[in-house]
Amino acid sequence: MTKHRNSIAFWAGVAIFLVAVLSMTQIVRNEYPFFAGYVILQFIALAVAWSILGGYAGYVNFGTNAFFGVGVYTAVALFKATGAPLVVQIAAAAAVGMTLGFGVGLLTLRMRGIFFSIATIALAIIIETFVMNWRFVGGAAGIQLQRPPVMAPFDSYVKMLFFVQAVLVVIAVGIARYIQNSRIGRGLQALRDDELAAECTGVPTLKLKLVACMISGALMSAVGAPAAMYLQYADPSSAFNLTYSVSALAMSLIGGTAHWIGPVLGAILLGSTQQFLAVTISSEINVLVLGIMLVLFVVAAPKGIIGLLRPRYRLRAGGKP
Amino acid sequence: MALSLAIEGLDAGYGAVKALRGVALHVEAGETVALLGTNGNGKSTLMKCIMGLVRPDRGRLSLTIDGQVHDLTKLSPEMIVDLGVALVPEGRRLFPKLTVTENLMLGAFRKLARGAIRQNLALAFETFPALKERRNQLAGTMSGGQQQMLAIARALMSSPRLLLIDEPSVGLSPLLVSQTIAKIGELKERVGLTVLMAEQNFNQAIRIADRGYIIVHGEIAVAAQSVDELKANDIVKRLYLGGVA
Repeated sequence: MTKHRNSIAFWAGVAIFLVAVLSMTQIVRNEYPFFAGYVILQFIALAVAWSILGGYAGYVNFGTNAFFGVGVYTAVALFKATGAPLVVQIAAAAAVGMTLGFGVGLLTLRMRGIFFSIATIALAIIIETFVMNWRFVGGAAGIQLQRPPVMAPFDSYVKMLFFVQAVLVVIAVGIARYIQNSRIGRGLQALRDDELAAECTGVPTLKLKLVACMISGALMSAVGAPAAMYLQYADPSSAFNLTYSVSALAMSLIGGTAHWIGPVLGAILLGSTQQFLAVTISSEINVLVLGIMLVLFVVAAPKGIIGLLRPRYRLRAGGKP
Repeated sequence: MALSLAIEGLDAGYGAVKALRGVALHVEAGETVALLGTNGNGKSTLMKCIMGLVRPDRGRLSLTIDGQVHDLTKLSPEMIVDLGVALVPEGRRLFPKLTVTENLMLGAFRKLARGAIRQNLALAFETFPALKERRNQLAGTMSGGQQQMLAIARALMSSPRLLLIDEPSVGLSPLLVSQTIAKIGELKERVGLTVLMAEQNFNQAIRIADRGYIIVHGEIAVAAQSVDELKANDIVKRLYLGGVA
Protein backbone atom coordinates (compact mmCIF):
# COMPACT_ATOMS: atom_id res chain seq x y z
CA MET A 1 0.00 0.00 0.00
CA THR A 2 2.65 2.51 1.05
CA LYS A 3 4.65 1.58 -2.01
CA HIS A 4 1.66 2.41 -4.17
CA ARG A 5 1.14 5.72 -2.38
CA ASN A 6 4.85 6.51 -2.76
CA SER A 7 4.53 5.97 -6.49
CA ILE A 8 1.59 8.35 -6.75
CA ALA A 9 3.48 11.00 -4.77
CA PHE A 10 6.54 10.49 -6.95
CA TRP A 11 4.74 10.84 -10.29
CA ALA A 12 2.74 13.79 -8.98
CA GLY A 13 6.05 15.42 -8.04
CA VAL A 14 7.39 14.71 -11.52
CA ALA A 15 4.30 16.25 -13.13
CA ILE A 16 4.55 19.37 -10.97
CA PHE A 17 8.26 19.67 -11.79
CA LEU A 18 7.69 19.44 -15.54
CA VAL A 19 4.76 21.87 -15.48
CA ALA A 20 6.84 24.32 -13.42
CA VAL A 21 9.75 24.03 -15.86
CA LEU A 22 7.47 24.51 -18.84
CA SER A 23 5.68 27.52 -17.39
CA MET A 24 9.02 29.03 -16.43
CA THR A 25 10.09 28.89 -20.08
CA GLN A 26 6.86 30.68 -21.06
CA ILE A 27 6.92 33.38 -18.37
CA VAL A 28 10.54 34.30 -17.71
CA ARG A 29 11.96 36.63 -20.35
CA ASN A 30 15.61 36.74 -19.34
CA GLU A 31 17.62 33.90 -20.91
CA TYR A 32 20.33 33.72 -18.28
CA PRO A 33 18.45 31.55 -15.74
CA PHE A 34 17.97 28.97 -18.47
CA PHE A 35 21.64 29.04 -19.41
CA ALA A 36 22.62 28.39 -15.80
CA GLY A 37 19.73 26.05 -15.06
CA TYR A 38 20.57 23.88 -18.07
CA VAL A 39 23.99 23.15 -16.62
CA ILE A 40 22.56 22.26 -13.22
CA LEU A 41 19.96 19.94 -14.78
CA GLN A 42 22.66 18.35 -16.90
CA PHE A 43 24.68 17.55 -13.79
CA ILE A 44 21.64 16.18 -11.95
CA ALA A 45 20.99 13.77 -14.80
CA LEU A 46 24.69 12.83 -15.05
CA ALA A 47 25.02 12.22 -11.31
CA VAL A 48 21.87 10.08 -11.21
CA ALA A 49 23.05 8.11 -14.24
CA TRP A 50 26.48 7.62 -12.68
CA SER A 51 25.05 6.35 -9.42
CA ILE A 52 23.23 3.45 -11.13
CA LEU A 53 26.56 1.68 -11.59
CA GLY A 54 28.78 3.68 -9.21
CA GLY A 55 26.34 3.85 -6.33
CA TYR A 56 24.05 0.84 -6.42
CA ALA A 57 26.69 -1.59 -7.65
CA GLY A 58 29.72 0.17 -6.11
CA TYR A 59 31.66 0.06 -9.37
CA VAL A 60 33.32 3.49 -9.57
CA ASN A 61 33.25 4.67 -13.17
CA PHE A 62 35.75 7.40 -14.07
CA GLY A 63 34.58 7.36 -17.67
CA THR A 64 31.57 9.67 -17.38
CA ASN A 65 33.38 12.04 -19.74
CA ALA A 66 33.78 9.26 -22.30
CA PHE A 67 30.04 8.60 -22.36
CA PHE A 68 29.20 12.30 -22.26
CA GLY A 69 31.59 13.06 -25.13
CA VAL A 70 30.27 10.16 -27.17
CA GLY A 71 26.81 11.64 -26.71
CA VAL A 72 28.00 15.06 -27.86
CA TYR A 73 29.71 13.69 -30.95
CA THR A 74 26.93 11.30 -31.88
CA ALA A 75 24.64 14.33 -31.98
CA VAL A 76 27.19 16.41 -33.91
CA ALA A 77 27.86 13.72 -36.52
CA LEU A 78 24.19 12.94 -36.97
CA PHE A 79 23.24 16.61 -37.22
CA LYS A 80 25.96 17.36 -39.73
CA ALA A 81 25.21 14.32 -41.87
CA THR A 82 21.42 14.38 -41.88
CA GLY A 83 20.24 17.45 -39.97
CA ALA A 84 18.28 15.13 -37.69
CA PRO A 85 16.08 16.83 -35.07
CA LEU A 86 17.14 17.04 -31.44
CA VAL A 87 14.98 14.15 -30.23
CA VAL A 88 16.55 11.85 -32.81
CA GLN A 89 20.03 13.03 -31.83
CA ILE A 90 19.33 12.22 -28.19
CA ALA A 91 17.85 8.81 -28.97
CA ALA A 92 20.81 7.96 -31.19
CA ALA A 93 23.24 9.10 -28.49
CA ALA A 94 21.47 6.87 -25.95
CA ALA A 95 21.72 3.89 -28.31
CA VAL A 96 25.42 4.50 -28.93
CA GLY A 97 26.01 5.03 -25.19
CA MET A 98 24.25 1.77 -24.41
CA THR A 99 26.32 -0.11 -26.98
CA LEU A 100 29.49 1.43 -25.58
CA GLY A 101 28.38 0.50 -22.06
CA PHE A 102 27.84 -3.08 -23.18
CA GLY A 103 31.25 -3.30 -24.84
CA VAL A 104 33.12 -1.67 -22.00
CA GLY A 105 31.19 -3.68 -19.45
CA LEU A 106 31.93 -6.95 -21.16
CA LEU A 107 35.64 -6.15 -21.26
CA THR A 108 36.07 -4.60 -17.82
CA LEU A 109 33.36 -5.69 -15.43
CA ARG A 110 35.06 -8.97 -14.71
CA MET A 111 37.72 -6.86 -13.03
CA ARG A 112 36.86 -5.87 -9.53
CA GLY A 113 37.04 -2.53 -7.75
CA ILE A 114 39.97 -0.33 -8.61
CA PHE A 115 40.88 -2.19 -11.83
CA PHE A 116 37.53 -1.36 -13.33
CA SER A 117 38.01 2.33 -12.45
CA ILE A 118 41.43 2.47 -14.10
CA ALA A 119 40.05 0.84 -17.25
CA THR A 120 37.32 3.47 -17.49
CA ILE A 121 39.85 6.32 -17.35
CA ALA A 122 41.64 4.82 -20.34
CA LEU A 123 38.36 4.63 -22.24
CA ALA A 124 37.89 8.42 -22.39
CA ILE A 125 41.44 8.95 -23.60
CA ILE A 126 41.06 6.39 -26.39
CA ILE A 127 37.80 7.82 -27.68
CA GLU A 128 38.97 11.41 -27.40
CA THR A 129 42.03 10.58 -29.49
CA PHE A 130 39.80 8.95 -32.07
CA VAL A 131 37.51 11.99 -32.29
CA MET A 132 40.49 14.38 -32.50
CA ASN A 133 41.48 12.64 -35.71
CA TRP A 134 38.03 12.50 -37.21
CA ARG A 135 37.92 15.28 -39.82
CA PHE A 136 34.19 15.04 -40.48
CA VAL A 137 33.33 16.38 -37.02
CA GLY A 138 36.07 19.00 -37.00
CA GLY A 139 38.94 17.06 -35.43
CA ALA A 140 40.95 18.72 -32.69
CA ALA A 141 39.91 22.21 -33.79
CA GLY A 142 36.27 21.62 -33.02
CA ILE A 143 33.19 22.43 -35.03
CA GLN A 144 30.71 25.33 -35.19
CA LEU A 145 27.04 24.44 -35.35
CA GLN A 146 24.11 26.49 -36.59
CA ARG A 147 21.00 25.89 -34.47
CA PRO A 148 17.87 25.06 -36.44
CA PRO A 149 14.80 27.25 -35.85
CA VAL A 150 13.20 26.79 -32.46
CA MET A 151 9.96 24.85 -32.11
CA ALA A 152 6.73 26.09 -30.53
CA PRO A 153 5.80 26.66 -27.72
CA PHE A 154 9.34 27.89 -27.01
CA ASP A 155 10.59 31.32 -28.07
CA SER A 156 14.29 30.57 -27.66
CA TYR A 157 16.47 27.55 -28.29
CA VAL A 158 18.08 27.70 -24.84
CA LYS A 159 14.67 27.59 -23.17
CA MET A 160 13.80 24.56 -25.23
CA LEU A 161 17.07 22.85 -24.30
CA PHE A 162 16.35 23.65 -20.67
CA PHE A 163 13.03 21.85 -20.94
CA VAL A 164 14.59 18.93 -22.82
CA GLN A 165 17.24 18.52 -20.13
CA ALA A 166 14.51 18.60 -17.47
CA VAL A 167 12.80 15.72 -19.29
CA LEU A 168 16.12 13.83 -19.33
CA VAL A 169 16.40 14.38 -15.58
CA VAL A 170 12.94 12.90 -15.12
CA ILE A 171 13.84 9.89 -17.29
CA ALA A 172 17.10 9.32 -15.40
CA VAL A 173 15.44 9.64 -11.99
CA GLY A 174 12.52 7.44 -13.07
CA ILE A 175 14.87 4.69 -14.22
CA ALA A 176 17.12 4.97 -11.16
CA ARG A 177 14.11 4.82 -8.86
CA TYR A 178 12.72 1.81 -10.68
CA ILE A 179 16.04 -0.02 -10.47
CA GLN A 180 16.44 0.81 -6.80
CA ASN A 181 13.07 -0.74 -5.93
CA SER A 182 13.42 -3.73 -8.22
CA ARG A 183 15.16 -7.06 -8.00
CA ILE A 184 17.94 -5.62 -10.14
CA GLY A 185 18.58 -3.06 -7.41
CA ARG A 186 18.62 -5.66 -4.65
CA GLY A 187 21.00 -7.79 -6.67
CA LEU A 188 23.31 -4.82 -7.32
CA GLN A 189 23.27 -3.91 -3.65
CA ALA A 190 24.11 -7.50 -2.72
CA LEU A 191 27.04 -7.66 -5.10
CA ARG A 192 28.29 -4.29 -3.85
CA ASP A 193 28.29 -5.58 -0.27
CA ASP A 194 29.88 -8.95 -1.09
CA GLU A 195 30.23 -10.16 -4.64
CA LEU A 196 31.10 -13.74 -3.73
CA ALA A 197 28.17 -14.05 -1.36
CA ALA A 198 25.89 -12.63 -4.04
CA GLU A 199 27.11 -15.24 -6.53
CA CYS A 200 26.51 -18.00 -3.98
CA THR A 201 22.89 -16.97 -3.57
CA GLY A 202 22.40 -17.06 -7.32
CA VAL A 203 22.57 -13.36 -8.13
CA PRO A 204 23.66 -13.22 -11.80
CA THR A 205 26.38 -10.68 -10.99
CA LEU A 206 27.95 -10.22 -14.41
CA LYS A 207 24.57 -9.84 -16.09
CA LEU A 208 23.37 -7.26 -13.56
CA LYS A 209 26.60 -5.26 -13.76
CA LEU A 210 26.31 -5.26 -17.55
CA VAL A 211 22.71 -4.07 -17.42
CA ALA A 212 23.67 -1.32 -14.96
CA CYS A 213 26.61 -0.27 -17.14
CA MET A 214 24.44 -0.15 -20.27
CA ILE A 215 21.66 1.88 -18.67
CA SER A 216 24.10 4.23 -16.96
CA GLY A 217 26.04 4.67 -20.23
CA ALA A 218 22.91 5.27 -22.31
CA LEU A 219 21.73 7.98 -19.93
CA MET A 220 25.11 9.71 -19.76
CA SER A 221 25.36 9.84 -23.55
CA ALA A 222 21.77 11.07 -23.87
CA VAL A 223 22.55 13.87 -21.41
CA GLY A 224 25.58 14.84 -23.49
CA ALA A 225 23.70 14.96 -26.80
CA PRO A 226 22.09 18.45 -26.43
CA ALA A 227 25.37 20.00 -25.26
CA ALA A 228 26.58 20.77 -28.79
CA MET A 229 23.40 22.70 -29.57
CA TYR A 230 23.63 24.43 -26.22
CA LEU A 231 27.12 25.76 -26.95
CA GLN A 232 26.64 25.90 -30.77
CA TYR A 233 30.11 24.45 -30.79
CA ALA A 234 31.88 21.22 -29.93
CA ASP A 235 35.52 20.33 -29.47
CA PRO A 236 37.07 17.12 -28.16
CA SER A 237 38.87 18.55 -25.14
CA SER A 238 35.71 20.12 -23.72
CA ALA A 239 33.38 17.28 -24.69
CA PHE A 240 35.69 14.70 -23.09
CA ASN A 241 36.70 16.91 -20.17
CA LEU A 242 37.58 14.99 -17.03
CA THR A 243 35.51 17.52 -15.05
CA TYR A 244 32.36 15.62 -16.02
CA SER A 245 33.70 12.46 -14.41
CA VAL A 246 34.89 14.19 -11.28
CA SER A 247 31.67 16.20 -10.92
CA ALA A 248 29.33 13.24 -11.43
CA LEU A 249 31.28 11.24 -8.89
CA ALA A 250 31.59 14.07 -6.36
CA MET A 251 27.92 15.03 -6.64
CA SER A 252 26.81 11.44 -6.09
CA LEU A 253 29.08 10.94 -3.11
CA ILE A 254 28.14 14.27 -1.57
CA GLY A 255 24.47 13.52 -1.96
CA GLY A 256 24.76 9.87 -0.97
CA THR A 257 24.41 6.84 -3.20
CA ALA A 258 21.96 4.63 -1.33
CA HIS A 259 18.89 6.39 -2.73
CA TRP A 260 18.22 8.12 -6.05
CA ILE A 261 17.51 11.41 -4.28
CA GLY A 262 21.16 11.53 -3.10
CA PRO A 263 22.76 12.38 -6.46
CA VAL A 264 19.90 14.81 -7.16
CA LEU A 265 20.56 16.72 -3.95
CA GLY A 266 24.33 16.58 -4.44
CA ALA A 267 24.08 17.91 -7.98
CA ILE A 268 21.71 20.71 -7.00
CA LEU A 269 23.97 21.77 -4.12
CA LEU A 270 27.24 21.55 -6.01
CA GLY A 271 25.88 22.62 -9.39
CA SER A 272 24.20 25.77 -8.12
CA THR A 273 27.17 26.70 -5.96
CA GLN A 274 29.39 26.41 -9.02
CA GLN A 275 27.04 28.49 -11.16
CA PHE A 276 26.85 31.13 -8.44
CA LEU A 277 30.62 31.29 -8.09
CA ALA A 278 31.14 31.38 -11.85
CA VAL A 279 29.11 34.58 -11.98
CA THR A 280 30.34 36.25 -8.80
CA ILE A 281 34.01 35.25 -8.76
CA SER A 282 35.28 33.08 -11.59
CA SER A 283 34.58 29.72 -13.16
CA GLU A 284 38.18 28.78 -12.41
CA ILE A 285 37.26 28.41 -8.76
CA ASN A 286 34.75 25.59 -9.46
CA VAL A 287 37.23 22.76 -9.18
CA LEU A 288 38.51 24.17 -5.91
CA VAL A 289 35.00 24.33 -4.46
CA LEU A 290 34.29 20.81 -5.62
CA GLY A 291 37.45 19.58 -3.92
CA ILE A 292 36.76 21.38 -0.65
CA MET A 293 33.17 20.16 -0.51
CA LEU A 294 34.21 16.60 -1.21
CA VAL A 295 36.79 16.70 1.58
CA LEU A 296 34.27 18.22 4.00
CA PHE A 297 31.69 15.59 3.23
CA VAL A 298 34.08 12.66 3.36
CA VAL A 299 35.17 13.80 6.82
CA ALA A 300 31.89 15.02 8.29
CA ALA A 301 29.24 13.01 6.44
CA PRO A 302 30.73 9.99 4.69
CA LYS A 303 27.28 8.73 3.67
CA GLY A 304 26.38 12.02 2.04
CA ILE A 305 23.41 14.30 2.56
CA ILE A 306 20.92 11.45 2.76
CA GLY A 307 23.10 9.81 5.40
CA LEU A 308 22.52 12.91 7.52
CA LEU A 309 18.80 12.91 6.82
CA ARG A 310 17.97 9.24 7.26
CA PRO A 311 19.89 7.19 9.81
CA ARG A 312 18.73 3.97 8.15
CA TYR A 313 20.62 4.88 4.99
CA ARG A 314 23.69 5.66 7.01
CA LEU A 315 23.89 1.98 7.77
CA ARG A 316 22.91 0.91 4.28
CA ALA A 317 25.03 3.23 2.27
CA GLY A 318 28.28 1.62 3.41
CA GLY A 319 30.50 -0.34 1.13
CA LYS A 320 32.91 1.11 -1.30
CA PRO A 321 32.63 4.86 -1.84
CA MET B 1 14.50 -37.59 -6.61
CA ALA B 2 17.85 -39.00 -7.43
CA LEU B 3 20.75 -36.65 -7.40
CA SER B 4 24.44 -37.36 -7.53
CA LEU B 5 27.62 -35.43 -7.98
CA ALA B 6 30.61 -36.93 -9.72
CA ILE B 7 34.03 -35.33 -10.07
CA GLU B 8 36.85 -36.88 -12.08
CA GLY B 9 40.40 -35.81 -12.80
CA LEU B 10 39.78 -32.25 -11.70
CA ASP B 11 42.66 -29.76 -11.97
CA ALA B 12 42.15 -26.18 -10.87
CA GLY B 13 44.25 -23.28 -9.75
CA TYR B 14 44.90 -19.58 -9.69
CA GLY B 15 47.31 -18.58 -12.43
CA ALA B 16 50.51 -20.53 -11.95
CA VAL B 17 49.43 -21.92 -8.58
CA LYS B 18 47.79 -25.33 -8.78
CA ALA B 19 45.26 -25.80 -6.01
CA LEU B 20 43.73 -29.09 -7.14
CA ARG B 21 45.34 -32.00 -8.98
CA GLY B 22 43.42 -34.92 -10.39
CA VAL B 23 40.66 -34.78 -7.81
CA ALA B 24 38.07 -37.55 -8.03
CA LEU B 25 35.08 -37.54 -5.72
CA HIS B 26 31.44 -38.55 -5.75
CA VAL B 27 28.43 -37.83 -3.62
CA GLU B 28 25.27 -39.92 -3.85
CA ALA B 29 21.72 -38.91 -3.00
CA GLY B 30 21.01 -38.62 0.72
CA GLU B 31 24.63 -38.95 1.77
CA THR B 32 26.60 -36.70 4.05
CA VAL B 33 30.15 -36.66 2.82
CA ALA B 34 32.98 -34.99 4.69
CA LEU B 35 35.88 -33.40 2.86
CA LEU B 36 38.65 -33.25 5.38
CA GLY B 37 41.90 -31.40 5.22
CA THR B 38 43.83 -28.67 6.94
CA ASN B 39 44.11 -25.10 5.67
CA GLY B 40 45.45 -24.51 2.19
CA ASN B 41 44.88 -27.98 0.82
CA GLY B 42 42.23 -27.00 -1.71
CA LYS B 43 38.93 -27.67 0.07
CA SER B 44 37.50 -24.22 -0.66
CA THR B 45 38.74 -24.27 -4.25
CA LEU B 46 36.93 -27.55 -4.80
CA MET B 47 33.73 -26.10 -3.33
CA LYS B 48 34.05 -23.04 -5.58
CA CYS B 49 34.60 -25.24 -8.62
CA ILE B 50 31.39 -27.15 -7.94
CA MET B 51 29.54 -23.83 -7.56
CA GLY B 52 30.98 -22.43 -10.80
CA LEU B 53 32.85 -19.66 -8.99
CA VAL B 54 36.23 -21.02 -10.08
CA ARG B 55 36.64 -22.62 -13.49
CA PRO B 56 38.68 -25.83 -13.47
CA ASP B 57 41.55 -26.21 -15.94
CA ARG B 58 40.77 -29.84 -16.63
CA GLY B 59 38.47 -32.64 -15.57
CA ARG B 60 34.82 -33.51 -15.26
CA LEU B 61 32.29 -32.06 -12.87
CA SER B 62 28.84 -33.46 -13.40
CA LEU B 63 25.59 -33.36 -11.51
CA THR B 64 23.05 -36.03 -12.32
CA ILE B 65 19.43 -35.22 -11.49
CA ASP B 66 16.81 -37.87 -12.18
CA GLY B 67 18.97 -39.46 -14.83
CA GLN B 68 19.82 -36.19 -16.55
CA VAL B 69 23.48 -35.24 -16.56
CA HIS B 70 24.49 -31.58 -16.20
CA ASP B 71 28.06 -30.51 -16.92
CA LEU B 72 28.78 -27.98 -14.16
CA THR B 73 31.95 -26.70 -15.82
CA LYS B 74 29.80 -25.07 -18.50
CA LEU B 75 27.21 -23.44 -16.22
CA SER B 76 27.24 -20.08 -14.46
CA PRO B 77 26.83 -19.95 -10.66
CA GLU B 78 23.22 -18.78 -10.94
CA MET B 79 22.35 -21.70 -13.22
CA ILE B 80 23.96 -24.08 -10.74
CA VAL B 81 21.84 -22.55 -7.98
CA ASP B 82 18.78 -23.22 -10.17
CA LEU B 83 19.78 -26.89 -10.40
CA GLY B 84 19.44 -27.13 -6.62
CA VAL B 85 22.99 -26.64 -5.41
CA ALA B 86 23.73 -24.13 -2.65
CA LEU B 87 27.01 -23.16 -1.02
CA VAL B 88 27.46 -21.89 2.51
CA PRO B 89 30.74 -20.07 1.91
CA GLU B 90 33.71 -20.14 4.23
CA GLY B 91 33.63 -17.29 6.70
CA ARG B 92 29.84 -17.07 6.29
CA ARG B 93 29.88 -14.05 3.94
CA LEU B 94 26.61 -12.53 5.07
CA PHE B 95 25.41 -9.10 4.05
CA PRO B 96 26.27 -7.42 7.35
CA LYS B 97 24.31 -4.22 6.78
CA LEU B 98 21.09 -6.04 5.92
CA THR B 99 18.72 -7.55 8.44
CA VAL B 100 18.31 -11.26 9.05
CA THR B 101 15.13 -11.34 6.97
CA GLU B 102 16.70 -9.35 4.13
CA ASN B 103 19.63 -11.76 4.07
CA LEU B 104 17.22 -14.67 3.84
CA MET B 105 15.26 -12.98 1.06
CA LEU B 106 18.44 -12.58 -0.97
CA GLY B 107 18.93 -16.32 -0.60
CA ALA B 108 15.74 -16.67 -2.64
CA PHE B 109 16.91 -14.39 -5.44
CA ARG B 110 16.29 -16.89 -8.21
CA LYS B 111 12.93 -17.11 -9.86
CA LEU B 112 12.62 -20.81 -9.02
CA ALA B 113 13.29 -20.09 -5.35
CA ARG B 114 10.79 -17.26 -5.07
CA GLY B 115 7.88 -19.63 -5.53
CA ALA B 116 8.73 -21.45 -2.31
CA ILE B 117 9.70 -18.40 -0.30
CA ARG B 118 7.02 -18.87 2.39
CA GLN B 119 7.74 -22.52 3.10
CA ASN B 120 11.49 -21.94 3.09
CA LEU B 121 11.26 -18.96 5.42
CA ALA B 122 9.08 -20.96 7.78
CA LEU B 123 11.53 -23.86 7.64
CA ALA B 124 14.48 -21.55 8.33
CA PHE B 125 12.79 -19.97 11.35
CA GLU B 126 11.59 -23.32 12.64
CA THR B 127 15.05 -24.85 12.39
CA PHE B 128 16.78 -21.80 13.81
CA PRO B 129 14.41 -20.15 16.32
CA ALA B 130 17.11 -17.67 17.33
CA LEU B 131 16.91 -16.17 13.83
CA LYS B 132 13.17 -15.64 14.15
CA GLU B 133 13.66 -13.64 17.35
CA ARG B 134 16.30 -11.57 15.61
CA ARG B 135 14.72 -11.26 12.20
CA ASN B 136 14.95 -7.46 12.17
CA GLN B 137 18.48 -7.31 13.55
CA LEU B 138 21.38 -6.39 11.25
CA ALA B 139 23.28 -9.56 10.39
CA GLY B 140 26.65 -8.00 11.17
CA THR B 141 25.68 -7.35 14.79
CA MET B 142 25.00 -11.00 15.65
CA SER B 143 27.36 -13.44 17.31
CA GLY B 144 29.51 -15.80 15.24
CA GLY B 145 27.30 -18.77 15.98
CA GLN B 146 24.13 -16.95 14.98
CA GLN B 147 25.81 -15.72 11.83
CA GLN B 148 26.73 -19.28 10.88
CA MET B 149 23.11 -20.32 11.43
CA LEU B 150 21.97 -17.47 9.20
CA ALA B 151 24.48 -18.44 6.51
CA ILE B 152 23.06 -21.97 6.47
CA ALA B 153 19.48 -20.70 6.55
CA ARG B 154 20.20 -18.34 3.65
CA ALA B 155 21.49 -21.25 1.58
CA LEU B 156 18.29 -23.17 2.36
CA MET B 157 16.20 -20.36 0.88
CA SER B 158 17.03 -21.52 -2.64
CA SER B 159 15.44 -24.96 -1.96
CA PRO B 160 18.71 -26.82 -2.48
CA ARG B 161 18.96 -30.58 -2.84
CA LEU B 162 22.74 -30.60 -2.61
CA LEU B 163 24.13 -28.40 0.14
CA LEU B 164 27.82 -27.54 0.10
CA ILE B 165 29.13 -26.28 3.42
CA ASP B 166 32.60 -24.82 3.60
CA GLU B 167 34.15 -24.96 7.06
CA PRO B 168 31.14 -24.36 9.28
CA SER B 169 33.36 -24.52 12.37
CA VAL B 170 35.64 -21.63 11.47
CA GLY B 171 35.86 -19.03 14.23
CA LEU B 172 33.38 -20.73 16.53
CA SER B 173 33.84 -21.97 20.09
CA PRO B 174 33.89 -25.77 20.57
CA LEU B 175 30.36 -25.73 21.99
CA LEU B 176 29.01 -23.76 19.03
CA VAL B 177 30.83 -26.02 16.57
CA SER B 178 29.11 -28.95 18.14
CA GLN B 179 25.71 -27.23 17.96
CA THR B 180 26.23 -26.19 14.34
CA ILE B 181 27.19 -29.70 13.29
CA ALA B 182 24.17 -31.12 15.11
CA LYS B 183 21.91 -28.63 13.30
CA ILE B 184 23.30 -29.68 9.93
CA GLY B 185 22.58 -33.29 10.81
CA GLU B 186 19.06 -32.39 11.93
CA LEU B 187 18.37 -30.40 8.75
CA LYS B 188 19.57 -33.21 6.59
CA GLU B 189 17.05 -35.59 8.15
CA ARG B 190 14.27 -33.07 7.91
CA VAL B 191 14.65 -31.88 4.33
CA GLY B 192 16.29 -34.92 2.82
CA LEU B 193 19.38 -33.00 1.82
CA THR B 194 22.52 -34.36 0.32
CA VAL B 195 25.48 -32.72 2.01
CA LEU B 196 29.12 -32.20 1.10
CA MET B 197 30.91 -30.58 3.99
CA ALA B 198 34.49 -29.31 4.00
CA GLU B 199 35.88 -29.29 7.48
CA GLN B 200 39.11 -29.23 9.46
CA ASN B 201 37.58 -30.50 12.65
CA PHE B 202 37.75 -34.25 12.14
CA ASN B 203 35.98 -35.37 15.31
CA GLN B 204 33.04 -33.04 14.76
CA ALA B 205 32.68 -33.78 11.07
CA ILE B 206 32.51 -37.56 11.50
CA ARG B 207 29.60 -37.21 13.92
CA ILE B 208 27.23 -36.67 11.00
CA ALA B 209 29.25 -37.94 8.03
CA ASP B 210 28.52 -41.22 6.29
CA ARG B 211 31.96 -41.32 4.74
CA GLY B 212 34.74 -38.97 3.85
CA TYR B 213 37.71 -37.92 1.81
CA ILE B 214 40.99 -36.47 2.95
CA ILE B 215 42.59 -33.91 0.73
CA VAL B 216 46.31 -33.19 1.05
CA HIS B 217 48.12 -30.63 -1.12
CA GLY B 218 45.31 -30.56 -3.66
CA GLU B 219 45.09 -34.32 -4.08
CA ILE B 220 42.69 -36.82 -2.60
CA ALA B 221 44.91 -38.81 -0.24
CA VAL B 222 42.22 -41.01 1.27
CA ALA B 223 38.79 -42.00 0.02
CA ALA B 224 37.12 -43.91 2.83
CA GLN B 225 33.88 -45.86 2.44
CA SER B 226 32.85 -45.42 6.04
CA VAL B 227 33.63 -43.44 9.15
CA ASP B 228 35.26 -46.46 10.73
CA GLU B 229 37.54 -46.84 7.76
CA LEU B 230 38.47 -43.17 8.14
CA LYS B 231 39.28 -43.57 11.80
CA ALA B 232 41.44 -46.56 11.09
CA ASN B 233 43.44 -44.82 8.38
CA ASP B 234 47.10 -44.12 9.02
CA ILE B 235 47.04 -40.65 7.51
CA VAL B 236 44.11 -39.72 9.69
CA LYS B 237 45.88 -41.04 12.76
CA ARG B 238 48.93 -39.00 11.90
CA LEU B 239 47.14 -35.78 10.92
CA TYR B 240 44.21 -35.67 13.28
CA LEU B 241 44.25 -38.18 16.04
CA GLY B 242 47.78 -37.62 17.27
CA GLY B 243 48.63 -41.29 16.77
CA VAL B 244 52.12 -42.43 15.86
CA ALA B 245 52.16 -43.62 12.30
